[in-house]
Amino acid sequence: MRSLADLTDPFARALLALDLLAVDPGLGGLAVRARSGPVREALLRPLEQLPGPRHRLHPQVSDEALYGGLDLSATLASGHLVQEQGLLRDPSLMVLAMAERCPDQLAARLALCLDEGRGHVLIALDEGAEPDERCPDALAERLAFAVDLSETPLGHAAAPADRDLDAARARLSGVARADDLLPRIAALSLQLGIGSLRVPLFTLRAARAHAALAGHDEITGDDLSIACALTMAHRATQMPEAEPQDPAPAESEEPANAPDPGDDDGLVLPEELLLEAVAALLPPGLLAELQARKARLGKGSGSGAAHKGNRRGRPLPARPGRLGSGARIDLVATLRSAAPWQTIRAKTAPQRDGLHIRASDIRLKRYEERSDRLLIFTVDASGSAALARLAEAKGAIELLLGEAYARRDHVSLVAFRGTGAELLLPPTRSLVQTKRRLAELPGGGGTPLASGLQLALEQADLALRRGLTPTVCLLTDGRANIALDGTANRPQAGEDAERLARVLRFHGIEALVIDTGNRPEKALKRLAETLDAPYIPLPRADAERLSRSVTAALER
Amino acid sequence: MTAPFPFSAIVGQDEMKTAMILTAIDPTIGGVLVFGDRGTGKSTAVRALAALLPPITLVEGCPVNSARPEDVPDWAGIETKLTVEAPTPVVDLPLGVTEDRVTGALDIEKALTRGEKAFQPGLLARANRGYLYIDEVNLLEDHIVDLLLDVAQSGENVVEREGLSVRHPARFVLVGSGNPEEGELRPQLLDRFGLSVDVGSPKEIETRIEVIKRRDAYENDNAAFMLRWQAEDAAIRERILTGRKALGDLKTGDETLMDVAELCLALGSDGLRGELTLLKAARAYAAWRDDTALTRAHIRAVAPMALRHRLRRDPLDEAGSGTRVARVVDEVLG
Repeated sequence: MRSLADLTDPFARALLALDLLAVDPGLGGLAVRARSGPVREALLRPLEQLPGPRHRLHPQVSDEALYGGLDLSATLASGHLVQEQGLLRDPSLMVLAMAERCPDQLAARLALCLDEGRGHVLIALDEGAEPDERCPDALAERLAFAVDLSETPLGHAAAPADRDLDAARARLSGVARADDLLPRIAALSLQLGIGSLRVPLFTLRAARAHAALAGHDEITGDDLSIACALTMAHRATQMPEAEPQDPAPAESEEPANAPDPGDDDGLVLPEELLLEAVAALLPPGLLAELQARKARLGKGSGSGAAHKGNRRGRPLPARPGRLGSGARIDLVATLRSAAPWQTIRAKTAPQRDGLHIRASDIRLKRYEERSDRLLIFTVDASGSAALARLAEAKGAIELLLGEAYARRDHVSLVAFRGTGAELLLPPTRSLVQTKRRLAELPGGGGTPLASGLQLALEQADLALRRGLTPTVCLLTDGRANIALDGTANRPQAGEDAERLARVLRFHGIEALVIDTGNRPEKALKRLAETLDAPYIPLPRADAERLSRSVTAALER
Repeated sequence: MTAPFPFSAIVGQDEMKTAMILTAIDPTIGGVLVFGDRGTGKSTAVRALAALLPPITLVEGCPVNSARPEDVPDWAGIETKLTVEAPTPVVDLPLGVTEDRVTGALDIEKALTRGEKAFQPGLLARANRGYLYIDEVNLLEDHIVDLLLDVAQSGENVVEREGLSVRHPARFVLVGSGNPEEGELRPQLLDRFGLSVDVGSPKEIETRIEVIKRRDAYENDNAAFMLRWQAEDAAIRERILTGRKALGDLKTGDETLMDVAELCLALGSDGLRGELTLLKAARAYAAWRDDTALTRAHIRAVAPMALRHRLRRDPLDEAGSGTRVARVVDEVLG
């Protein structure tokens, strides 16, 4: 049996997780973060040997495919009803490719399916490259395990160990647990800052499955520490303190709970050891990761905003196409296109009554829809601005936020100061979060205007790809003094800013420049012209005027 | 499929459980909104509620769960006058559901294969006289929200599309859950929910242990566990039924109305829905407690859940409105 030490290798962890899933499908599944390649293939190969049906899902899988329904093409061809069977009907092993692109809608459906506990197992293959490209939280929450194989070299891919899954499955329900197990799991999850109660439940299940796999009659300390490591390490939101503050109440009764005869390192497992088991697997850059994770929380209903051509909006003429992926049939247009052929078709198939409709007659509805707007607030938090009117700029942003709220816009927040720019808040609709981030925004340092514009450009580009319409709202006093490479070089800084402004304009990204300086700055006015953006000097703008001009600018 | 986790076995989360029971006693309160972190038992509670609710009588096979044969819509084409008992429907509305699925649409299958124009009822029809549950309600697409608002308001679903003209009753209790960090709910939808509760993950180790213990027992010793808790569920069901009967006889004094009005005035809640819901919730609470008259204690108990989401709010205000309600309740009711 594998020991804890082997588990520092993510590949071994993934294999063990797959084994545990095979023993107890109630564990939900495994999220694998890896690019497509030989390592991932090596991991998925053992899945072929598992019994039961196996399906491959993709993020755009349609409801018809998931839940079944009418197979329209087959029905039309044969003239009688042909039902398609849904993928979710029977318990199966589902492999979701490109899980990072899985829309919330699909995540909700799969989560519902996993919640029903009918024995579905989901392997989510997450190919995300950026930290915020990842499997939706609603789904990850319901998968017991997650491994990151992106750093695993190929040669490392160990072959799966020999084990008897059927025997383990048979043994599973007979595995006993000691009473002091639960306090430990509960305490540990609290120490690691894991709020969700699904996690300790997964830990318990995993421990039991591992005990069954290892042939134990009772959950041993090893089973428990491995289970903790597998289910908790990737979910930790805080570093455990060195000294557990309140030791689990069960510790006093340790001697009373004598280990079972077969296993003498059994249950006298101190709290610290469990913690160590998890801590060994905590990624080295946990804190940075935590920051990123917190930032990711702000992801709004971005995917809901994606431009969909066949759902809603202003109707466009129907066009031929295939049913599926949520497209709606335009019945009248379909019948119209089938009508001229009826005589001929009736002759070729005289035994059939009724209309003769072929798949090629099908016309789909199309709609045109305006996509949601994303306001990228790019805020100057440099020393000069902080001294002058950072507070007023914040006030102006709040005003704009209020409007964004009314219009259901998404907002994101970029701040630049010192030597670089920082994304304070990825696109979100949560104003509470935006306001909190804004209030925390510190001031001071140089004015790296170019860096700010660069980050805003990246964000805008990302938003465009997600189907949002970005608008960059720049608030600065315009006294750029830090160049793109981080050096204090005023002429270069101005030039860099100009250059980026031209790029923004070239990309067709709408912008809006609000001058927060004490006096209107000529250079900034020029920058606004380069951006083809309205220029609003704050000194003379009262709240109402600002609001009016912004609204006007946004409605262009 | 196994029976859902018993409602009575849910550890803690008393406010959420009370809110759900109140809507079961008086469905006209208008739904519950549960906001909180993941893994705090929101979905579990809703699914448990389905098993807890008293069964309803309906015409066999009726797509909108009509109670009497004369209420069955014509388009359903149901001849039978037979009524059967069925569990109260609890219908899931998944995110990204299409409009057709919600309202119902032309039955394409029948249209294309048999040339018949038939209506295929949607989720709203199935939810009639029951519950409509939306997980992650704050991520719901806006056009579906608009649709729900309209139906929740009128209690009737009107379908005018593809040459169909169909209307059917759609009275349901809206139950929504979500995580406020991920996005906010439009105020219009917020207002449609009668009660609103905030849940957090329990921080006490004993509570957490108890949760894991019960869940573990549910999964591994299902028969004994269900037996143990089914009795408690049955007791709650009885109380709901008695509560429903008691609701009619409940006396509401003028000073109670005064209290309710003063409270809502002091909080500056929008419209009159606040007063009405608060009164209804307090009455349901009194009925649940088996008290014969409405008192300040009842109002005090339900004021936070009935009012916290109705304050005229600055969209940028981040302070929890629950505390604001509690403060004003203390001021007004003394």
